[in-house]
Amino acid sequence: MRKTEAAKVMGMERADYLIAGAGHAALAAMHAIRLVDAGGSLTVVGRDRQLPYSPTVLPYVVSGRSDPKRVFLRDEAYFACARTAYRRGHAIVRIELASRIAELDDGSRIEFGKLLLSSGARPVIPPVTGLQAVPYHVLRTLDDALRLRAELPRTRHAIVLGAGLIGMHAAENLSKGGARVTIIEVQGQILPGYFDADAAAIIARAFEHDGRVTIQTGTRAVSAEAGAQGGVVLHLQDGPPVSGDLLLIGAGVAPAIDFLAGSQIRCDRGILVDASMRTSVEGVWAAGDVAQAASFYEARPVLNGILPDAVEQGRIAGMDMAGDAALQGYRGAVPLNTYSYFGRHAVSVGSGCAPPGAEIVVRGDADAERYLKVIFDQGRLHGIFAINTPLDAGVMWQLVRRRTDLTSLRARFLAQPREVGRALMSRLWR
Amino acid sequence: MPAYNTIAFHADRCDMCGACMTACAQAKSASDSPRRARIEVLADGAGSFGLAMCRQCADPECVQCCPAAALRKDAETGIVEWDHDRCVNCLLCTVACSYAGISLDEAVGHVVKCDHCGGDPACVRACKTGALEYLTTARIYNEVGALEDLFVPGLAGCQGCNTELLMRHTLRRVGPNTVLAAPPGCVPGMGAVGYNGMTGTKVPVFHPLLTNTAPMLAGIKRFYKRKGREVTALALAGDGGAADVGFQSLSGAAERGEEMLFLVIDNEGYMNTGMQRSSCTPYGAWTTTTPVGRESPGKSQDAKNLPLLMVGHRCAYVATASAAFMTDFYAKLDHALEASRHGFAYLHVYSPCTTGWRFPSRQNIEVARKAVESNFVMLWEYSPEAGLRLTHPIDDPAPVKEYLEAVGKYRHLTPGQIAHIEHHIADNVAAIKRQATAPL
Repeated sequence: MRKTEAAKVMGMERADYLIAGAGHAALAAMHAIRLVDAGGSLTVVGRDRQLPYSPTVLPYVVSGRSDPKRVFLRDEAYFACARTAYRRGHAIVRIELASRIAELDDGSRIEFGKLLLSSGARPVIPPVTGLQAVPYHVLRTLDDALRLRAELPRTRHAIVLGAGLIGMHAAENLSKGGARVTIIEVQGQILPGYFDADAAAIIARAFEHDGRVTIQTGTRAVSAEAGAQGGVVLHLQDGPPVSGDLLLIGAGVAPAIDFLAGSQIRCDRGILVDASMRTSVEGVWAAGDVAQAASFYEARPVLNGILPDAVEQGRIAGMDMAGDAALQGYRGAVPLNTYSYFGRHAVSVGSGCAPPGAEIVVRGDADAERYLKVIFDQGRLHGIFAINTPLDAGVMWQLVRRRTDLTSLRARFLAQPREVGRALMSRLWR
Repeated sequence: MPAYNTIAFHADRCDMCGACMTACAQAKSASDSPRRARIEVLADGAGSFGLAMCRQCADPECVQCCPAAALRKDAETGIVEWDHDRCVNCLLCTVACSYAGISLDEAVGHVVKCDHCGGDPACVRACKTGALEYLTTARIYNEVGALEDLFVPGLAGCQGCNTELLMRHTLRRVGPNTVLAAPPGCVPGMGAVGYNGMTGTKVPVFHPLLTNTAPMLAGIKRFYKRKGREVTALALAGDGGAADVGFQSLSGAAERGEEMLFLVIDNEGYMNTGMQRSSCTPYGAWTTTTPVGRESPGKSQDAKNLPLLMVGHRCAYVATASAAFMTDFYAKLDHALEASRHGFAYLHVYSPCTTGWRFPSRQNIEVARKAVESNFVMLWEYSPEAGLRLTHPIDDPAPVKEYLEAVGKYRHLTPGQIAHIEHHIADNVAAIKRQATAPL
């Protein structure tokens, strides 16, 4: 109370709840807070000057599928209705934990009661000699997307560094736009961490089908230099150099946590949190891409840059911050991915790392581009990976989390994962 | 925030004929393939059926997980709306939903979900067994909730009593242009008439005798009519007053076609004055005047079927209702109100009494439901033009023992008494069904 009054005297802004970031985790937390606390003051600080949007939509802005004016997740009226101060185009640059004050990039200071760090991730730029001297694109903000979209019509040969989801989406858009594309991936397959080598091979074939996309896996770019007419030449560890007129770096993302350097908040690769998304410092929570939370599978906490997981972590943080009695703790990160390419659909739920003694079943039909891989661990679903095979990813996620025993249903499950999943849903969690 | 309509699924009535899925596929996908439907009925592997379809969640996970703002919960209709122009086919909504409520339709290459067909779901229309039901009870909350409550706050009913609910809803719906008669019974007993010279209502209310409720109300109605003013004459009476000493004057008013709405809240006895039996008390029931002991096994006569007697008067409208079926009650209240503009409308509401019937106060609505589902009481409506029609037919009634066991006043019943009750119910069902199929 005394602090609040002091803040008032000094004319300092005060927020019972301060949320850093305006992405999915931040918005889920804000929603959860407002469900139980209508009165507490709430401030959201978003780095982007735009209304909130999702990084996941950006490849579709590049391709023209999404109208950049219609991708916003909330409007100003929503924040006004929720009586939330939305500070756009600002980032927290420093936190004084002792006095509970956050300093923004414009020098303004906000005194907070509770703080949620959900400021997301930023692209990783791999250590390639000379890279800083050549033009390249990344795809993490709406501005990035608009810049890349503007380049598409005049791109004849693009180089995509990294065969993750961002790189693959961009490669598809570029090739559909008529450009030749070379994808360079350091690991031995495309979409590493999302799909196994067999599934990745099926997906890669769809890309290589029309001859415009070349995929080079298992090699890394060692240096970059300017090419002719504003282009770029990349020298690889193995093989001849690749030249193009556009370079896109899609080498993954890392938590944006540099502003915490030197603070008492314990970090590893991200901000370490417990099952309620609390950090090591009382009154400070973290959720989403910045947070390193428990894994469903392993003892060590993990970064899980998955949209539905960010929503869940944000909700948990918000509920805990507002003291919601219905809070259930975080059950651990499960990798979840959906990927649509050239009209095909791939889904992965769960871990692809089979523990010792696990049973791995693969059903495939290369011609039909159908693929199904299921990993059972002691009769329980450990992971399921499908291409052009209908199944309900949300139902599979529940089966994994609930450790539902599928021993007696194994054969039927493999034949009809969608039907058996729905029957189990009807019985177990209606 | 309004309440919303919903599609309910009664697995016990489903025979898995698949008509709902075909109807949906035809309506939404111009296809006869059930795989193209947005509703799937499936065997749950444990002897029952489940449903995979969008539940139009109150706080939808799919909306929060959509990166393209293509999903949103419509605040007016409650439908989770999908926007084709914004959707980017990322399928993250299918990850977010634990209920398979939104899924990829491979034939069109994007996700599809139920939208209630804009308020007239094709699946419900196609369901012949009643397993799917489109519940529009939200209307009560949305429409009636906006009407003024015309009773004072804090009526002094017993714990768990349904009568306050019935009174408040009735007067709300009937409206402020009403004169209310509340003869002796629980309705004035809990404060409807008022205390210390203040009325318990925001409409004119009076407290007639048990014997003259209908004629007093008839006189008032005629007086207003002569003055050129249209008012609703409403009686909220108990079964004792209506079926016993008040019956002569009730019968007379009905016979003359006096324009009023006479609503009887039937709690099967004089519960307000110490739980004495009335002619509406069922056979076998314990009351303080039909005690249970060496000499007496509870009431030894069957209840009078008062609503059926009113049908015999060929009233403009007669109906039975239950506190457990409020949608049905509201439809009948509307019909009765309409009929009271030109004749005598009689509405008989079966209303379990926690105190007098001896059951836990939290069980009231459950007891009322069991009475209907065992055919102990039946829900129907009658008008001279349309005849008698069952509004909630029970084709496969629950054993009446389940109902009797839920109510303390039947705790002592012998197998012989139960057999008598079962026989009486069968007689009653047959009599009502005869009326329902009789030519006008």
